[in-house]
Amino acid sequence: MKFITVSGPPSSGKTAVILQVIKAMQQRNINVGVVKFDCLATDDDLLYARHGIPVRKGLAGPLCPDHYFVSNVEECLEWGLSQNFDVLISESAGLCNRCSPHIEGITSVCVIDNLSGIGTPKKIGPMLKTADVVVITKGDIVSQAEREVFASRVVQVNPSALTMHINGITGQGAYELSTVFFAAPETDTLQGLSLRYSMPAALCSYCLGEKRIGKEYQMGNVRKIQLGGVEEPKK
Amino acid sequence: MKQADLFTTPLNQLCARMPELIDFFASFGLEVARNEADIDALLASLSATQTEHLGMTPTQFRIALQDYVAGVEALDMGQDRVHSIRILPGRDKSGHAEEFELELVPGQIVSIVGPTGSGKSRLLADIEWVAQGDTPTGRRILLNNAQPDAKWRFSTRHKLVAQLSQNMNFVMDLTVEEFIRVHGESRFVPELEQKIKQVLDLANSLAGEPFAATTQITALSGGQSRALMIADIAILSQSPVVLIDEIENAGIERKKALELLVQKEKIVLIATHDPILALLGEKRLVISNGGIKKVITTSAAERANLVELERMDRVLMQLRQRIRNGETLEQL
Repeated sequence: MKFITVSGPPSSGKTAVILQVIKAMQQRNINVGVVKFDCLATDDDLLYARHGIPVRKGLAGPLCPDHYFVSNVEECLEWGLSQNFDVLISESAGLCNRCSPHIEGITSVCVIDNLSGIGTPKKIGPMLKTADVVVITKGDIVSQAEREVFASRVVQVNPSALTMHINGITGQGAYELSTVFFAAPETDTLQGLSLRYSMPAALCSYCLGEKRIGKEYQMGNVRKIQLGGVEEPKK
Repeated sequence: MKQADLFTTPLNQLCARMPELIDFFASFGLEVARNEADIDALLASLSATQTEHLGMTPTQFRIALQDYVAGVEALDMGQDRVHSIRILPGRDKSGHAEEFELELVPGQIVSIVGPTGSGKSRLLADIEWVAQGDTPTGRRILLNNAQPDAKWRFSTRHKLVAQLSQNMNFVMDLTVEEFIRVHGESRFVPELEQKIKQVLDLANSLAGEPFAATTQITALSGGQSRALMIADIAILSQSPVVLIDEIENAGIERKKALELLVQKEKIVLIATHDPILALLGEKRLVISNGGIKKVITTSAAERANLVELERMDRVLMQLRQRIRNGETLEQL
């Protein structure tokens, strides 16, 4: 089975792109399943189901969604294998732009959109910088120049990736992307593989449910903002 | 640049040789233009926060640097001129073979007509992806009568098709001048100041109402935006093909815009059902059920009618101008 991880900032068009790619694959009788990761709630699983695509969803709830992803990705792969899929796609929202579910040796895709602004590629961390394929969406509503500028900013932070423009509404480019997906290597186990980049570090008192504000309640991995000009409070 | 050089040359010298690298490093939060260390010394000296800002491991960063330099060098070798795009026939949605083999050459205007869902987008996508029998239509695209290089498919800097449609808007928070500069810089365009002026002058010659270099692009009218987009494509875009998806006849001189693109040796494809635009093309591709069903060459009679259509169009434009001026239309 081929396994592909798709990530990207919220509302960048991940689900629309995946649906178009699967449509192109189904025309060739390729059997595809999806695992959708999200935080609090998602109806995207219904959207996939409505298109006749086998789907499972995982909600991270109070946990960091990427920590949740990596702790469950093996089980997802096993589910995919048990269903005899040709291709399994995982979709996860990169909410803090810092994280990435990308795994060494697994084709990884980052979806970002032209409307997010030309400063965005620089602001996104490993999710964009370590992806194999960068999909840029919503190109049909901005000018050619802005598309080119945006793409050049993407190339600047990830010159190694294949960068593609996909229209999530009409599906233009989705067939082409599906051939890239289908060229992914066969993966039957994630044993021994590792993430491409470390996940966001946490473990402070707030991770453990603390709600009160104030220095005396902050413990563990705490980093302080540098505002400059403000005198350091005496200890 | 040899790989060994890349990793052993002091960064300030590296940036002097390839100024594009200053921006590359800056997008990872690194100021290197005056740094006399080499890349490995730099990576070793980063603080925890700076390493975090990299967003990738030092090993991954070295690969990215290598690939970026390779990309810039490929660009320096110059764009290959495309003097012919040949579309070898495929099949329609029912599997029937297409009968037409087409050749598109620079300076040519070709209209594409057919109802929504007929396969116009697919034809464009085939060209954009330089299809090699590996898309649903089975069409093949030849560039300069040969099998195309993979870069046309995979490099963002070698895109075959630039697009312009009525739905497009400017979204950047920039003035006209800043916008043209940002675009030019992203393409490493030489003699940029001169080009900025050219784009601005051209755009103003196409727009019904002139605008200044200091205008915010988001504040431009529909016609002004379209005029700026076309002037920008004509001068700054490297793509040999321009696809125009239906442009309205408001606030922009369409005929002049098309002539401009043709002068700049672009292959112009127009998806339109507007009679004037359609007749401006040398031929019309009629798309139906996913295939090219017919190729109509614009006849002498049609060309003669174009004159009449343009006269009607001018009448409507004048009426529009009168409405704008607050006049009445009780008498035409």
